[in-house]
Amino acid sequence: MPKQSRRDFFKTTAALSAVTAGVTSTKIKAESKDYIPDKAMGVLIDTTACIGCRRCEWACKVAHDMPTASLDTYNDRTVFNEMRRPDHTALTIVNEYPGKELDQFPIDVKFQCMHCNSPACVSACIVKAFHKHPNGTVTWDGDKCIGCRYCMVACPFQIPAFEFDKAIEPDIKKCDFCFERTKVGKLPACVEICPNEVLTYGKREELIDIAHKRIELYPDKYIDHVFGEFEVGGTSWMYLSSKEMPKLGLPDLPRATAPGVSESIQHGLFAYFVPPLALYAILGGVMWINKNRKNSDTEE
Amino acid sequence: MEEHLKPMPIKRKFITPGVLVLIIIAALGMTALLLRYIFGIGFVTNLSNQYPWGIWIGLDVALGVALAAGGFTTAALGHILHKDKYHAIVRPALLTAALGYTFVAVSVMTDLGRWYYIWHPLIMWNGNSALFEVGICVMIYLTVLYIEFLPIVTERFIGRVNLPGFLSAFNKSIDKLLRFLDRILDKTMFVFIIAGVVLSCLHQSSLGTLMIISGQKMHPLWQTPVLPLLFLLSAISVGFPMVIFESIISSRSFKLKPETDILKGLADIIGPLLAIYLAFKIGDMVIRKSFVYLMEINTVSVLFTIELVVGIIVPLRMFFSRTMTKSIPGLFIASSLVILGVLLNRLNNFVVAYTPPYATGPYIPSVGEILVTLGFVALEVLIYRAAVMIFPVISQPKPAESVSKYSVKGV
Repeated sequence: MPKQSRRDFFKTTAALSAVTAGVTSTKIKAESKDYIPDKAMGVLIDTTACIGCRRCEWACKVAHDMPTASLDTYNDRTVFNEMRRPDHTALTIVNEYPGKELDQFPIDVKFQCMHCNSPACVSACIVKAFHKHPNGTVTWDGDKCIGCRYCMVACPFQIPAFEFDKAIEPDIKKCDFCFERTKVGKLPACVEICPNEVLTYGKREELIDIAHKRIELYPDKYIDHVFGEFEVGGTSWMYLSSKEMPKLGLPDLPRATAPGVSESIQHGLFAYFVPPLALYAILGGVMWINKNRKNSDTEE
Repeated sequence: MEEHLKPMPIKRKFITPGVLVLIIIAALGMTALLLRYIFGIGFVTNLSNQYPWGIWIGLDVALGVALAAGGFTTAALGHILHKDKYHAIVRPALLTAALGYTFVAVSVMTDLGRWYYIWHPLIMWNGNSALFEVGICVMIYLTVLYIEFLPIVTERFIGRVNLPGFLSAFNKSIDKLLRFLDRILDKTMFVFIIAGVVLSCLHQSSLGTLMIISGQKMHPLWQTPVLPLLFLLSAISVGFPMVIFESIISSRSFKLKPETDILKGLADIIGPLLAIYLAFKIGDMVIRKSFVYLMEINTVSVLFTIELVVGIIVPLRMFFSRTMTKSIPGLFIASSLVILGVLLNRLNNFVVAYTPPYATGPYIPSVGEILVTLGFVALEVLIYRAAVMIFPVISQPKPAESVSKYSVKGV
């Protein structure tokens, strides 16, 4: 037995290093200049530990001065009968999905803004109302926003929510990673209240290591996928689970960043304003030639 | 050479039964619009966090911009390629474009949650955003269109400024101002004409870039990196059909002889333009192998097929047929089909193709949304009718004695 595992060890190491080499190259390509590995923080959500107590929902509302019922009402599990989404009244919500086998416990999954490394909302916003901070947080600035809702069109996770019922000053609402709390050294409200250590707050790079170590330690418990490590260029919030991610409401997304194609088209068309100016010059030339030709025609 | 045509204000009664219907539609639309501004977007529309954009963006804005393409395509044909024959249609197309873009701006404002901040993009720039590019270009182009329209205003009022009451004291100075503007514009107009064409090419294509960032939320039949090119090509190929469509309608409405010769000339250009658009659309589909989604029959594949066959292939065949382009009904039907195709294309791109990851149902525009959209169209037609009665826009047979210094101007 020891012999075999030794050989296995070498095999795995060789395979791993090959994978790592391949992965690192895609990683560099996938992540944008917004992502600062040393500073970027994140949260690892271990859905296998979540009991669906929804205290995070309550804490989030309290931390953001949003109206909420008392904490006891969150014990009501009938809300799990329908799939909910974060909206302008709740920046984070927990949904419940059937377990792997019929006799197993259901799987509870918390949803909130993923705080992408290359956020589509930041790229799309017409007035730069979204900002990606060095610690990974994506925040929204109400003094700039014009309410065009292009961020909602752009977001691959359908996160930004708009106050459609307001005629004046409708806001875009989304999780702000408790930016005001983390600034003064506090934990995000949901992480702080979680009774079952579902949520681990820390440096994103370290969280990725922790996640892979957990998968390695309990290969029967987890599927070998850290959701958010590579999806749309990587996200600050990442998930571990016992079931395929798409079955838990986590969409199957490519590794390429969400704004990548759109930005390269934009920058290609407007490279130092050369293409528009060149078009102007060509059209001017054509106009001039045609005018002269007309004039010489009439002179003859 | 046939009789000389000269743009003149049309002298007819403004109110007709058709106009009354338009006034009612416009009034209903404006009522819905009022409700939107008082009670918010959610009160009038079916928009939600799943479907943030609806027909106000897909039709009022995106289609509005595409159908106003007649402005820059005729400007390019008449002024840049210097085909004097087409000068008679430049002014109606210019008026349509100026009105169209005005309503695009109004529609954008209607759809903005914080419409009173519409000026923010002027000072808060985001060069990464396709929407920023569209916004800035449309704002500048709208200004350019108004400048291009100014010579028509000066032509109408020079020597004819006659303000009522105490305002008549300003008659002379306003007349001087108009003459001054006329002189300046006569020398500098070419700058604006070229700028108009460049700006149009830029934002017509960037409008296509808009939806690219939505990634796989957009159906693969439409989601492609060449969207900006497809949008530009479709805008260019819908420009002249729109001019033909309008020209035939307004000549019927005002009991004028249709400018058959000019329209036929335009029709001969449309065929090749449509062919280029079709080639890129099919080529894109073949390269990305997106035709696999046409194998099964559902709403999406049916709408794509209608867009392609009824909106491009059928009119393409018609524009290449001599008997079709010689007859006014033939021209009208073929042009209408191209317009329908682009209408469907913009609707497909912005509404039909958009499937959010957590959709709980489809988006169907509300009565309020449809009323506002129809109301804007009705209002636009009414203002167009009023404008051609006030300003010299539509060319008519010229009475011999009315030749003046300002009668020969192009633009």
